[in-house]
Amino acid sequence: MGRKKNVWPYLLVAPALLTVLTVVFIPVVNAVSMSFQSYDLRRPSRIGFIGLGNYSEVLSDPLFWQAVWKTVVWVAVGVGFQFLFGFILALLLNRRFFGRGIVRSISLIPWVTPGVLIGLMWRWIYDGSYGVLNDMLFRLGIIRDFVPFLARGETAFPAVILTIIWQGIPFFALMILAGLQGIPEELYDAADVDGANGVQKLFRITIPSLKNVIFVTTLLRIIWVSNSVDVIFNLTEGGPAYATQTLSVYVFNKGNTLNLGYAATMSILLALMLSSVAVVYLRRIFRGQEGAR
Amino acid sequence: MKKTPADSAKSLASYLLLAAMLVFLLFPFYWTFVTSIKPEGELYGKTVTYWPREVTFESYRRLFSDYNFVRPMTNSLIVAAATTLVSLTVSLLAAYAFSRFQFRGRKFLMTLFLTNNMFPTVLLLIPLYAIMRKLGILYTPLALILAYTTFTIPFSIWLLNGYLADLPPSLEEAAMVDGANRAQAFVRIVLPVLMPCIVATGAYVFMTSWNEYTFAVMFTNEANRTIPVSLKNLIGQLGVEWGMLTAGGIITIIPVCFMFFFAQKKLIEGLTAGAVKG
Repeated sequence: MGRKKNVWPYLLVAPALLTVLTVVFIPVVNAVSMSFQSYDLRRPSRIGFIGLGNYSEVLSDPLFWQAVWKTVVWVAVGVGFQFLFGFILALLLNRRFFGRGIVRSISLIPWVTPGVLIGLMWRWIYDGSYGVLNDMLFRLGIIRDFVPFLARGETAFPAVILTIIWQGIPFFALMILAGLQGIPEELYDAADVDGANGVQKLFRITIPSLKNVIFVTTLLRIIWVSNSVDVIFNLTEGGPAYATQTLSVYVFNKGNTLNLGYAATMSILLALMLSSVAVVYLRRIFRGQEGAR
Repeated sequence: MKKTPADSAKSLASYLLLAAMLVFLLFPFYWTFVTSIKPEGELYGKTVTYWPREVTFESYRRLFSDYNFVRPMTNSLIVAAATTLVSLTVSLLAAYAFSRFQFRGRKFLMTLFLTNNMFPTVLLLIPLYAIMRKLGILYTPLALILAYTTFTIPFSIWLLNGYLADLPPSLEEAAMVDGANRAQAFVRIVLPVLMPCIVATGAYVFMTSWNEYTFAVMFTNEANRTIPVSLKNLIGQLGVEWGMLTAGGIITIIPVCFMFFFAQKKLIEGLTAGAVKG
């Protein structure tokens, strides 16, 4: 390894560090300072320090609490089913069959599709007049009239969650599949000798061996899904009547109304909530690295 | 082992399950494509058709003639290419330092880069908007390129560091014994070996910049908006132009899919390495 007291590593890290400090560190400090100000670009003359004013206003805003609750459901149900279906898909793709490579590649396409397009494609599928989902359900005799899925509060939220599940399945499958391929074949052979059945092998060998992959992937997805704006925004913009407005979308909508102080305050509260997940993730990553060295 | 009828039934069931999942995952793309080649009348007709009675590329033609889709495509290309170039250059240097030197603050700096990935986009969005406005670069491609480095640099460092950690340092050390300095050893030995990994990382950065919407919608105007913003703008006051929108969608994902198929092997290796090893 390199000599001690070398300036080289610092010089090499410097460009990346300077960029990141400029575009991440300064904005974060700014966000904190904005959250203590009345910072509404529609009322530029009134910009100024107001202490905890924004915070008390946010904490007594029923829409904020509703958005927090929507975020919890969005993440719990969304990531939960992404994991479940991703796991099943990974198990299926781990079997040997003709054309497996191609099937594996194309099943990952949703993961590289732009969030905007995902939102818009599904908006068209859910359409209340010409939507294919309505047509299918109608032909199957499940509904008697077309349902405007995204225009109704009780169907809009399940619809956006289904969309995020669809988006997240491939990433889980990809990570779990890599984990599956790392499990030594001998473990299963030994289990066969002992007369274990498929379910026993799944719970005694497969799942315990994948503990780390599942853990890390789930934490990453929790963070990404909580921060996701583009899918919901392009499906419903948070409506109808805020039924699909998660905290990220609420911040985005507030930012669009140019009330930046209020939006910054909510984004800081969101970051604080997510930091608990981030801390667990970082500790796990570093423990893994020390172990590998 | 012999195949029993029960085994065959099981494997048939798993193929059916796989087929069902693939239909679920791929149907939206099929539907988008079919929509893009339907004539207007059929699109909003009385019955929904699963394959157009009449195939037409009118929506694609209109997208380029009436809507000038070339402009957002060019803008997206400029932003994504510049972001890729900048991110790869600075990340490669940093990743090399992290993987080849032990130095004070190494762990701290690595954590710093890692945490960057976790800040909510919307947390950075608001102050960045104000900063770019003050700097006078709001509504220029530069604003987007800078904004995208917030997530592309940390991610690239993380990926490249993983790849580099798998290359034995003895590779360059041998060259250095032969009289090359570290920079020469890096360019002549490490860079060629690492090239597929750099390409994979670059493809990922390109894809994420090409796809990004949240920053793009706030930091661009009419003249320099990127593809995702233009797609959304097809939803106007007069309703949605689904034909053009789906045509635009198909055009948008084609380059992304190509890049992904080329880069996927290395990319997946890099993405999964940390999680699987740990």
